[in-house]
Amino acid sequence: MTTIQQKADNPIAHLSADDIETLGRELDAIRQEVIDTRGADDAAYIRRIIRTQRGLEAGSRALLLFSILPPAWIAGTAGLSIAKILENMEIGHNVMHGQWDWMRDPKIHSTSWEWDNASPADQWKHGHNELHHTYTNVVGKDNDLGYGIMRVDEDQRWQPFYLAQPVWNFVNACFFEYGIAAYDLELAKNLATPKAQRPADFKARVKQTLTKIRHQATKDYVVHPALSIPTGSFVPTLAANFTANLVRNLWTHSVIMCGHFPEGVETFEKTSIDGETRGDWYLRQMLGSANISGSPLMHLMTGNLSFQIEHHLFPDLPSNRYAEIAPKVQALFDKYELTYVSAPLPKQVYSAWHKIVRLSLPNHWLAETTAKNAPSQLAKLYKMTTGGKKVRRTIEMRDQRERRDVAEAQAA
Amino acid sequence: MTDILERPTGGLSLRHRLSRLAEAATTPLLPSDYLDLAAPLRSGADLRARIVAVEPETRDAATIVLKPGADWAGHVPGQYVRIGIDVDGVREWRAYSLTHGPRPDGLISITVKAVPGGKVSNHLVHEARPRTLVHLEQAAGDFVLDPAASKLLFVTAGSGVTPVIGMLRNLFPVTDSGVVDLPRSSHLDIVVVHVAPTEPDSIFLANLRELDTHGAITLVPRYDDEHGVLDVAELAELVPDLADRTTYACGPGGLLDALTAHHQAAGLDLFTEQFRAGFVEAGDGGTIAFDDGSVLVADGATPILDVGEAGGRLMPSGCRMGVCFGCVLPLREGSVRDLRNGAITSVDPISSAHGGVPIQTCINAAAGACHLGDKS
Repeated sequence: MTTIQQKADNPIAHLSADDIETLGRELDAIRQEVIDTRGADDAAYIRRIIRTQRGLEAGSRALLLFSILPPAWIAGTAGLSIAKILENMEIGHNVMHGQWDWMRDPKIHSTSWEWDNASPADQWKHGHNELHHTYTNVVGKDNDLGYGIMRVDEDQRWQPFYLAQPVWNFVNACFFEYGIAAYDLELAKNLATPKAQRPADFKARVKQTLTKIRHQATKDYVVHPALSIPTGSFVPTLAANFTANLVRNLWTHSVIMCGHFPEGVETFEKTSIDGETRGDWYLRQMLGSANISGSPLMHLMTGNLSFQIEHHLFPDLPSNRYAEIAPKVQALFDKYELTYVSAPLPKQVYSAWHKIVRLSLPNHWLAETTAKNAPSQLAKLYKMTTGGKKVRRTIEMRDQRERRDVAEAQAA
Repeated sequence: MTDILERPTGGLSLRHRLSRLAEAATTPLLPSDYLDLAAPLRSGADLRARIVAVEPETRDAATIVLKPGADWAGHVPGQYVRIGIDVDGVREWRAYSLTHGPRPDGLISITVKAVPGGKVSNHLVHEARPRTLVHLEQAAGDFVLDPAASKLLFVTAGSGVTPVIGMLRNLFPVTDSGVVDLPRSSHLDIVVVHVAPTEPDSIFLANLRELDTHGAITLVPRYDDEHGVLDVAELAELVPDLADRTTYACGPGGLLDALTAHHQAAGLDLFTEQFRAGFVEAGDGGTIAFDDGSVLVADGATPILDVGEAGGRLMPSGCRMGVCFGCVLPLREGSVRDLRNGAITSVDPISSAHGGVPIQTCINAAAGACHLGDKS
């Protein structure tokens, strides 16, 4: 992908400034409709989900006290995995977005919620709600684009260490909650900065995160296994909790990758958001997100992030209402001739992974490699990997020239 | 080992350790977050109550009977209680008088008159159903009977009768077989001047009449459509021995102000209670007062966040477009207008939860005089 501003056929070139403002007003109207009808049914929904999640978690953990018995281990681990997914996605993420603040229930409020995740709520809210949702898909501003460790855009210069990014991505997926915590701390950036120049609160935030991680780990890997000792289930319970965390991490990572990574999602240049209007912002959210199609159960398990487009347009609307506004939003995409990116989960996961693999290699390398030219392509890749900056530039320039010549020959 | 150090308080420390263990097992939640689902009225939980019955009093008033949580500390007749109930999914707090003395069954009750346009009162009278869980604070209020006074005058208007009914029911319990005369009440000489727009609208009228017939009180009903609007100067005619009595008045602010002036001029004892929440009128722009006492002037089009920062305050902030909820501060009193859709959020100190209603400062502008908290 290339930032939208660099594209030959800019997908928003046909929209005038007036069009974009009208679009913004039409989206405002959709938002207002939901706000006007928000009420007791919605409140009952989130309370039911919370009750179900807590019941499921308590029940699963109770079963795991007997996890030495295989059926108890299987049922308990499955239940705990689902409970942790619900807690992170449909409940935690959405409550911390302020989607339920309108209920004025201090127990279900963005300012008081804490979640079953390594990243403390305060820090996550800053990194996610403020940075990611405001600067969605703006290269250099939105750290969700590759989490600062991956190449997710052709415009980022290729370097040999990106070859390993499929591995990084998989490791990040397995330990996603710690990845998020590191990312909310802006750990890589801050560790690279000399101590004296780091933000004043960095040390305190690291401490806060470590305390949170210690509490989380103590719960899953000490307290509950220890409670299972009477049945001889210490190790099975520990393994069950580790598995549940792993399942939760892999699932959330997959869902989140589907939100902004699949092919067809646009990125934006840093300067493009200067003087951005509300309409412009809406448009960027529309083009910078992708949906996952599927059943109501799938939507629930993704925390309705399967309606990523609707969520990014209206991050503070209750998640249970995204499904009903999705057709209206899609109609606006059609009206303004924009592409509503939506596909089933396996397809979107494949698409996102494919992009990560593709961008781990130099531009065009994967597309241009066939069985026939594989030896020469591999030789080129080897040279680019081992040859240093100068060699890489030379090869890149030569490739670019060749491609231009081919294109011109075809045009003629 | 810490065992040795903790041994002197062994019992306590065991409980303490068990609760620490339970917290370690449920973090980041608390054990109570799970217990609340099963036993919301248990001891140690936030104070709540369950609606046991909704008994209609007149066509627009009902008595709500509540079973309070185990930690309910009891009340004195005439006190009020703040109740938080979800109306259309939104938690609303209101104060209501407790209309009875302590009951042997441990239940409490409030009597609510549906005010035209009143969100909570209409909900309680017409929509509330038994088994609904509501939130509660301990009883409060100084409008309680002075045990030394024996000649009393109660002046009540509209729903202001409710705390007085609470006192009277405590003094003269009404059972199925009639009014019970308690020795502790035998020395009392009570006159009740009860004011209402029309006769059928007078809640608890039946109760007052029964007490009047029994001789426990002297009822002086005053209906606006029949007798004209009450002028406090007429009180001396309605109650000839006014000067010998201690007056307790409960009703709207206008009546209480007039009574206060009247009694002060005459040098008479008066206890008043105005407990219907003051109505906050939304305007366009206004002042923003903060917890630390500083006040800023705000127009109706500038977000509170910008006003605060322009005034040199360090305000929590985030996306500045209503998305991230990083700028939320509690509105303790007053009204604000959402600049995106014009929606008004109003808070008066009685009807909001303690500490105020959290609002996003980046998309709300002052709509009248506001009082804002410094921290969320």
